[in-house]
Formats: sequence, structure tokens, C-alpha cells
Amino acid sequence: MLVHLSHPHRQVEIKGPKRTKELLRELNLVIEAHLVIRGDELVTEDEMLADADQIEIRPVISGGSV
Amino acid sequence: MNCTKCPTSMRAVISLPRHNAAFCKGCFTTFVHEQVARAIKSFKMFTPEDRILVAVSGGKDSLALWHILLALGYRADALYVNLGIGGYSEESHRKVRHYADTVAAAHGAKLIVHVVEQEAGAGIRELATILHRPTCSTCGTIKRYQFNRAAVEQDYDVMATGHNLDDEAARLLGNVLHWQDEYLDKQSPTLPASVEGFAKKVKPLCRLSEREIAAYAVVNRIDYIVEECPMAKGSKMILYKEVLNRLETESPGTKQRFYWGFLEKQTKPEPATESMAEKDQRTLHPCQSCGQPTTADTCSYCKMMAKAKTATPR
Ligand code: SF4
Ligand SMILES: [Zn+2]
Ligand SMILES: [Zn+2]
Repeated sequence: MLVHLSHPHRQVEIKGPKRTKELLRELNLVIEAHLVIRGDELVTEDEMLADADQIEIRPVISGGSV
Repeated sequence: MNCTKCPTSMRAVISLPRHNAAFCKGCFTTFVHEQVARAIKSFKMFTPEDRILVAVSGGKDSLALWHILLALGYRADALYVNLGIGGYSEESHRKVRHYADTVAAAHGAKLIVHVVEQEAGAGIRELATILHRPTCSTCGTIKRYQFNRAAVEQDYDVMATGHNLDDEAARLLGNVLHWQDEYLDKQSPTLPASVEGFAKKVKPLCRLSEREIAAYAVVNRIDYIVEECPMAKGSKMILYKEVLNRLETESPGTKQRFYWGFLEKQTKPEPATESMAEKDQRTLHPCQSCGQPTTADTCSYCKMMAKAKTATPR
């Protein structure tokens, strides 16, 4: 499956099928700081992702002084 | 995973371990609206009659906040400050304008824009260089000033910002780590208009985590800027948030207990308590068996030893 990542913008190819939480673990990303979007739908940690899926992993942490 | 709230059990789009719940799109949107409504009520933020000015940046928090307030039927306009940070400012300005035209306008809400370059003659990075000050502190001063000015001059009753649970927990952690007591007072989700010329400030998203707000934006198709302000890179806030998120992953609810616990302590000042020595004198007396101070008849050491001697060895 093609996985789009941000900060910085890049794409990686990951072998499916795979659960969302395994995908995050493989990429060393914390669930609490990311959303996983398939096509344009949000998916939960236990969702099974297939090779044909278009996946975006979106970081949710923003910084700067508040 | 299915929605834990729907009788028909729709497919869940998000699970919230700290609430022991998973929600479908509809139930999640309802959950977010309820959380915001609770914050508005419990911290006496504003009423349906009040005119609200939302500080928007084009990011998920502030656009989601505007969206939620309009959905809940509040009278909320927004102010965007264009900081003049190259491509980042152009893109965020476009997102805010797009949201204002396609969604907010239908609710009769308007967008006010302040362009830093027009008034100051330069963008904030150039201003910071001229002034020999860090960009973020220059930016903070300008944004606070412009929001307050717009709110006061245009007669808004209250100014709302998109600060979320993670922002407040991270800020609290920073303040506690450095014992900046004087800043702790400013962490309440409602800051009254203390003097003439200062607008009342509120943070209606303080019950929601950053991830929940981003999820709300995705579910409700709010087109926000995912990219960060380039000046935020390597900031202490991001470090604090990362640390808190690791704790949260290990024990869900940590961030919430940390920040809400603080707010509770703040609203209910502790009654004058007896000193530790006084308490010891009241509760401790000598152990029947060895004489060392204990709250029980026999101290825990003596109990342990007695048990160890009578237990049958394996
Ligand atoms: S990161 Fe700094 S410069 Fe950028 S918007 Fe935030 S405070 Fe302003
Ligand atoms: Zn549901
Ligand atoms: Zn004893």
C-alpha cells in the first residue's frame, strides 16, 4: 500500500494486509499523535488495511508558542 | 471495531481509550459538540446572545472551533492575522478564506483579516530580526494585540481561541517544570476582562485532545492547513507534547487528569491543613511489638516478619 506522510512530505510503500496499529508501529509512530486516513475516511487502530489502499498518516501535534 | 453508542452499531472511525468508547462519524460529532457545550457552560464562557470573535490561523483547532460554534448556533465571527511568513502564510490565508466563503458565510458569519506587513511594513520574521527578538515572541505580542484590538474596537463580548487539552497540558508541564507560578493563574479556560480595554478570553476546546479535534476536522471535511508554521520546528511545546503523548499511550487519561486536576485545585483552594508533624503526632503511636511509630497496633514490619515465620516454606 502507498502511505503518505507529512513533516516532511514523503511516500513509502508498505506491504499489506496489515492492521492500522501495526502500520504505525512499523513506522515508529505514536497513535496519540497521528490519524490514519484511508481514501478520505478515518480508520481505527484495529482496521485491516489492504495492499490496494491509499493511506495517509496525518500528524496532529502542532507547536509554536501559545 | 463498532460504535459503542449506536444501537445499529455502525463502523467506528475513532476509538477513545480515555473514555472507554469508540464512535461512528455521527456519534463522534455529537460527542465533540457535547464536550464543547460542557466547557462553555462549566466555565461560564458565553451565552447565545454574546458576539464571539474566534482567532483563526487556518490550522485544525481554530477552524474546528469556528465550525463547532456555528453548528451550536452561536454568533461567531473570526479574525485571521496574516504574519507574512512566505508560503505558509499564503496557504493558511487561502484555507481560512475558503472556509469563510464556503461554510461560515451561510451562517451569516464574517471573516476579518489583519495583514502584519500592511501595518508594520514587514513580515514578522523581518520584524523579529530588526527588534532582536525571537520570532515566536514577536508573533505572540502582535497576535494578542491585534485580537484584543479587534475585539474591543468592534464590540465583541468575548474572544475565543482554539487551545486544546494538549496545548494546556503541555503549557502546564512547562510552567510546573520551571515553577512559573505567576503564569499558572493565566491557565484558566476563561479569563475575565479584568480591566477596561481588555477583552474576555475563552478556550472552548479545553476538554478535547489535539487528536480528537483533528479527527473532527477530517470527519466534517474541514479543509485546514496540515503543514506547520516553519518557526514551530524544535519548539519546547512540541517536546512537552511528545512526552505527554508517550505517557498517554501507556496510561490513557493522563493528560486529562493532569490538566483538569490542576483546574480543580485552582477553583477549590485547599482548606488550611495541619502540618505533617501535627498529623504524625495525632496518628502515630509505638508498635506493641517493637516500639517504632506506627498507625496500627503492630507495625507493618513486625506483621510481615510474623507472617514470614508462620508461613510454611515451599
Ligand atoms: S510558530 Fe511562532 S511564528 Fe509561527 S505562528 Fe506560532 S508563534 Fe507565530
Ligand atoms: Zn454511532
Ligand atoms: Zn513493630
